[in-house]
Amino acid sequence: MPKRSDISSILLIGSGPIVIGQACEFDYSGTQACRALKEEGFRVILVNSNPATIMTDPDLVDATYIEPLVAEVLEKIIAKERPDALLPTLGGQTALNLAMELAEKNILEKYGVEMIGASVEAISTAENREKFKDAMTQIGLGVPKSGFAHSMEEAISVGEEIGYPLIIRPSYILGGKGTGIAKNKEEFLHLAAEGLDASPVNEILVERSIAGWKEYELEVMRDKNDNCVVICGIENLDPMGVHTGDSITVAPIQTLSDPEYQKMRDAAFRCIRRVGVETGGSNIQFAVNPTTGEQLVIEMNPRVSRSSALASKATGFPIAKIAAKLAVGYSLDEIRNDITKKTPASFEPTIDYVVTKVPRWAFEKLPGTKAVLGTRMQSVGEVMSIGRTFPESLQKAMRGLEKGRFGLNCDPAETLWESFSDEELLEKVSTATPERIFMLEILLRRGISPDVIHMHTGIDIWFLDQINLIAEQRKFLDVLAEGKRDFSSLFDKYTWKLLKQCGFSDAQIAWRLGVDEDVVRRDRLAKGVAITYKTVDTCAGEFDAETPYYYGTFEDEDELQAASRERIIILGSGPNRIGQGIEFDYCCVHAAFALREAGYEAVMVNCNPETVSTDYDTSDRLYFEPVTYEDVMAVIEKEQSLGSGGLKGVVVTLGGQTPLKLAGVIPEDLILGTSAHSIDLAEDRKMWSQLLTELEISQPKGALVTSLEEAKGVVEDIGFPVLVRPSYVLGGRAMEIVYDMQDLTRVMAELSSSGSLGIEGGLSASRPILIDRFLEDAVEVDVDAVRDRNGELLIGAVLEHVEEAGIHSGDSACATPPPTLSEDVVLAIKDYTFRIAAALSVVGPLNVQYAVKDGKVFVIEANPRASRTLPFVAKATGVPLAKIAARVIAGESLAELRDLGIIPISVEVLGKDRTPSANHVANVTKDNFICVKEAVLPFDRFPDVDALLGPEMRSTGEVMGIAQNFGLAFYKSQLAASNAIPRSGGVFMSLADHDKPQGLQVAKILQENSFQIAATSGTYDYLLENGVTPDILVAKLLIDGKAESDTDARHYFGTAVDLIENKLVHLVINTPRGRGPRADGQYIRHVAQVNHVPLITTISAAKAAAASIAEANSKGLDVVSIQEMHALILGK
Amino acid sequence: MQSTEMFYQERPKALLVLADGEVFEGYAAGALLDNPTSVATGEVVFNTALSGYLEVASDPSYAGQVVAFTYPHIGNYGVTLKDAEGEKPYCRGIITRALPPRPSNWRSETDFESYLSSHGLAVITGVDTRRLTRHIARIGSLNCAIGRSDAGTLLAAAKNEAGTLLQDLVKGVSTTEKYVYSQYGRAKNITVAAMDFGVKRSILDDLSLLGDVIVLPADTSAEEIIDMGASGVFLSNGPGDPEALDYISSTIADLLGKVPIMGICLGHQLLARAVGAKTYKMTFGHHGVNHPVKSLDGDRIEITSQNHNYAVAIDNLPGVRVTHVNLNDNVIEGLEIEKANAISVQYHPESAPGPHDSKYIFDKFKQMMLQN
Repeated sequence: MPKRSDISSILLIGSGPIVIGQACEFDYSGTQACRALKEEGFRVILVNSNPATIMTDPDLVDATYIEPLVAEVLEKIIAKERPDALLPTLGGQTALNLAMELAEKNILEKYGVEMIGASVEAISTAENREKFKDAMTQIGLGVPKSGFAHSMEEAISVGEEIGYPLIIRPSYILGGKGTGIAKNKEEFLHLAAEGLDASPVNEILVERSIAGWKEYELEVMRDKNDNCVVICGIENLDPMGVHTGDSITVAPIQTLSDPEYQKMRDAAFRCIRRVGVETGGSNIQFAVNPTTGEQLVIEMNPRVSRSSALASKATGFPIAKIAAKLAVGYSLDEIRNDITKKTPASFEPTIDYVVTKVPRWAFEKLPGTKAVLGTRMQSVGEVMSIGRTFPESLQKAMRGLEKGRFGLNCDPAETLWESFSDEELLEKVSTATPERIFMLEILLRRGISPDVIHMHTGIDIWFLDQINLIAEQRKFLDVLAEGKRDFSSLFDKYTWKLLKQCGFSDAQIAWRLGVDEDVVRRDRLAKGVAITYKTVDTCAGEFDAETPYYYGTFEDEDELQAASRERIIILGSGPNRIGQGIEFDYCCVHAAFALREAGYEAVMVNCNPETVSTDYDTSDRLYFEPVTYEDVMAVIEKEQSLGSGGLKGVVVTLGGQTPLKLAGVIPEDLILGTSAHSIDLAEDRKMWSQLLTELEISQPKGALVTSLEEAKGVVEDIGFPVLVRPSYVLGGRAMEIVYDMQDLTRVMAELSSSGSLGIEGGLSASRPILIDRFLEDAVEVDVDAVRDRNGELLIGAVLEHVEEAGIHSGDSACATPPPTLSEDVVLAIKDYTFRIAAALSVVGPLNVQYAVKDGKVFVIEANPRASRTLPFVAKATGVPLAKIAARVIAGESLAELRDLGIIPISVEVLGKDRTPSANHVANVTKDNFICVKEAVLPFDRFPDVDALLGPEMRSTGEVMGIAQNFGLAFYKSQLAASNAIPRSGGVFMSLADHDKPQGLQVAKILQENSFQIAATSGTYDYLLENGVTPDILVAKLLIDGKAESDTDARHYFGTAVDLIENKLVHLVINTPRGRGPRADGQYIRHVAQVNHVPLITTISAAKAAAASIAEANSKGLDVVSIQEMHALILGK
Repeated sequence: MQSTEMFYQERPKALLVLADGEVFEGYAAGALLDNPTSVATGEVVFNTALSGYLEVASDPSYAGQVVAFTYPHIGNYGVTLKDAEGEKPYCRGIITRALPPRPSNWRSETDFESYLSSHGLAVITGVDTRRLTRHIARIGSLNCAIGRSDAGTLLAAAKNEAGTLLQDLVKGVSTTEKYVYSQYGRAKNITVAAMDFGVKRSILDDLSLLGDVIVLPADTSAEEIIDMGASGVFLSNGPGDPEALDYISSTIADLLGKVPIMGICLGHQLLARAVGAKTYKMTFGHHGVNHPVKSLDGDRIEITSQNHNYAVAIDNLPGVRVTHVNLNDNVIEGLEIEKANAISVQYHPESAPGPHDSKYIFDKFKQMMLQN
């Protein structure tokens, strides 16, 4: 019985912005689901606030709403679109929670919307820990002993009954937020309080800690006929105690015997049946006692999850796509396996390789955090690697992480731990940290037995033995390195092969031998040891695979077949990190689509399992490989050997810094679009300055320095404040604004090679530091443009930042069309952009950043590559900028793309003599819609980090607000960023002196909207003197956190902290200066964060917020689909 | 020689040579370490299960075969003898990509390589088993030789190997004496006469949940079985080509209609032959634990454990109903001889290794015996 005919339109909810614990895996799953449902002929309505996603592309579904994911907005969309069904299981926890809220508020019932995929009852059974435990106990499955608490009193009594160590988990949360292990009462009280707060229903589970047990996950699917299959089993290298999102995990399961595995499989099926997930995928986690084999069910997700994305990539089985089809009535045997095209989807994939996932963290960007892993997820991205054996797979993952490592040690960074004694290292490895895996190899290489390490870490002996194989191969290599002058004679085919099969990169071997990587490579190839590509086929070779999804290994047989057309390689952006995330994957995916459309074979190289780019049907060939020199060169050579049509070249400008870094080492004639030389020119400070001087374009004064002395000299010349930054970094890594000499000394010390950047390999004494005069109170502007080989230029958009210059553009809200820039300024910016693009001979995307101060335009920097804002621009304007960029890179001209209708006729293209194209409609968007992009920051996960914005980017994701005026668009963007601005209530204001004049305007608007104003003395007095009477005077906090005391003249109404904690303040506007030790601000921001009170730290954002409150109060929210908006602004 | 914790560098090189001349390089393991000149030959098959290597190696149905595992790491959780399907490895050799330095599992008693060595079984490791799998999937199963000798010697040995076609491999693995198998005590006055063609331990376990199990040699006559007055007759799994076993098929023909019958795997093929169906050799067979089988009596799909190189062909045979089919390739997976109260399945409902989706077949057999 095939698909349901009683429903015709389906509402899908996406997962919103990328946050820790919920990343672009849900773009991958949502995109698959959207496509599957479209394929089945349904009208699909999508809501997601994240503009950087592929799923929100206007072509994908019928109506796309980039709107805040809150019930109020969803109701408006439902009322407008009247969908028959809601599919909530493909947008992560966000979609599930929102769907539950819609059901509880009877909104679904009111509009007759049926929830498909999972019922309210099933979701609440899985998500409510109490219900879940009862359900599992009922069907005879073991669960850790536990109790629930809804108050501190209850928590204490439950905790004492079970005994320590205890684990605390709040209900209805994602990514383990608010979760922790308490070894004693003191820790317990702290965690219980935090957990009760983190849970939206004020409920925590207090349970027996099973830290140290083995951890497993099964990805299960079920159809309407009650057929259940396991898609993939995953075993964690890190035992229980480390969040699975922060664990190194391995597929398939390695250390369970078949009877044990089958017992777990049976339990998983009983679990999914009892919970009642009628159709779709679920993820079920188990803990296994390593000495008795006792199995406990830990939790289940009644939806597609991060692990299902991993399982899909690991096996080739498209879980999200199949889940969507099952939800609309198909059974598993009615769906074909896409990979074999012959066999049905009702089977269990089997694999003949080992998949390893390693998380990537961003602790270096979050000063104040301890890089210690625990039950709350802290990683921001992950890499997946495929090898024939675990050692190969693990080492590939290590180099794929792009943390400057060549593999599992055997590289310059390994010396970091060499000076530690065995005892010290053993002590260190007893705590899970990002570095632990590297220490394990060092210990094993030193001869410490796996058994001893097992005692300290709880890591299974099997994994340690396998890592020991790497250590042993390394020792063989050490012996061979003794005769390194003539290493070639010592390395026969077998030696090479064993090293490569153990995952050693040429870079590792070259480092150990002290020779160039290319020397190693040549010798290896001369001995006949070349990479072989194998297919990911769901069936271990039993059937022919139709799907070209490959990984590299060193075996006998290569499985690639001759290509059919000319082809282009697109280099992906590797694991997500702060500063390089889904936006670049969006660009790569569009490049693949665009190049296929243009008649090429698109070839993708990437290693991030969460992405759409690593979906096997995004490109014509997918190489799931690390994006490093060796791995990329191997793909290039392989593609060159595939005959017919040849390799046209490599796209390096769409995947962020990762591929860009390779531009200099890939053969020059293969780089498509902007040349490596131009890329260098824009990055090289000296050449760049010279160029701007020649073009007579202003830039902030500055210079390059390599020492503190030089830095001091420069500052004497240009004056404070200055912006200090290293070259060749993305996301403003280690960038700072410096206000005085003392700060300058500190910053220069940190940037030296011995500082935190040394390990990243991004900086050394030979890589100079830039010092620029920092323009205070300037408006920052971003421009995204595409230039073609003929010199014509398409300006995608001019984006005006809400925060002033100095806040990293990735962390700043921005709006387009620019709400406050004058026409002259916009024209100057367009003119500069044109001339810079021409001077850099850009062919492809270009992003230029400007600062506008007092009507004067300064260039801050130019990047001849796709920018983070490119997807937002495409959504805001309806111009498919990534697609245009890709086709221009491949050689087409803007004129040709205009003729093909890819560039809408109403869009302005500047001819090579700077004349605008015919028939375009100037500034058409300004009167219709304003789009605001807002960054989403991870501070709620890191309560110890100061939530202040600065020049180093720290946001993980972004949202978009669309409305017919700036105020409402900004309001929506804040709502979408979980930073909802209150429409009335109390506001606390504490302003830096130079912000006070503008702050006055803000205060006026707020008072008009019946806000009560609380202010510290300086701000209070200023407002009072200027005609706005604040309601409350509050005490400042002193450096020790205590309140300043009353004086005769002044009586304080508590402190801001008191007001926030007593829920009297609903909005905090606190604008400090610099990143100095301003203790009071830090206390206030901390408390605001903990109490989820929206926090504004810049005066420009405060102005925007005030405007938005006024607009929201006078007009209310409206929803618009981007298809409707694009039709209006493009005059379609 | 101590085989555990050996690195590749310390192992002698070895070769796997197929009868068509394909050569695979690898390293010696198992009994090949003890004897530089030993050569193991047999029909090479690949198994796609991720776990369950011990159950496979000790399954008498693999007699005459050399088993290649498609999953690269084999031996991870060691050997727990209780999990074995027979008292020794029945296959002729093992091909793997990698053996672990040591096993890791709380139940493990010894490591897999030592277990194989102690039974004199040849093992080759470090082999590109995926290339081997693809080769077999493309051209069909064929004979092979593994050893430390040169390729020429091994090729000759592979060509000399008789293989399984038209070979009676059952007589080498069937019990020679009748015995009572009792694992779970008595239940409801049922007695199952189990004809042993190479029966797996776990099948006997499942049968003994139904009642007393009397295990009979493969050449036991129909008369003798009927005289025993058993509640039902079970036809076991076993190795090789059913066409070489017509002496058993005719016994089954004599039993039909007189007593409830259930067959598994070879037992299924022999039952089919007993009612006039044909059997044929498949290209490379089914060896794994992930095969989707659809029961034609409902909507349910079973994920099944499979191990067979021969299958049943039915062309319009009256009275014989196909009850199950393999969704991958439509191979017949189950039969019912309606008037004779006999059922059979090609796959392995007892699992071991594999999923427990199909245990209901044993309940069905029980009902047949109770209703008779």
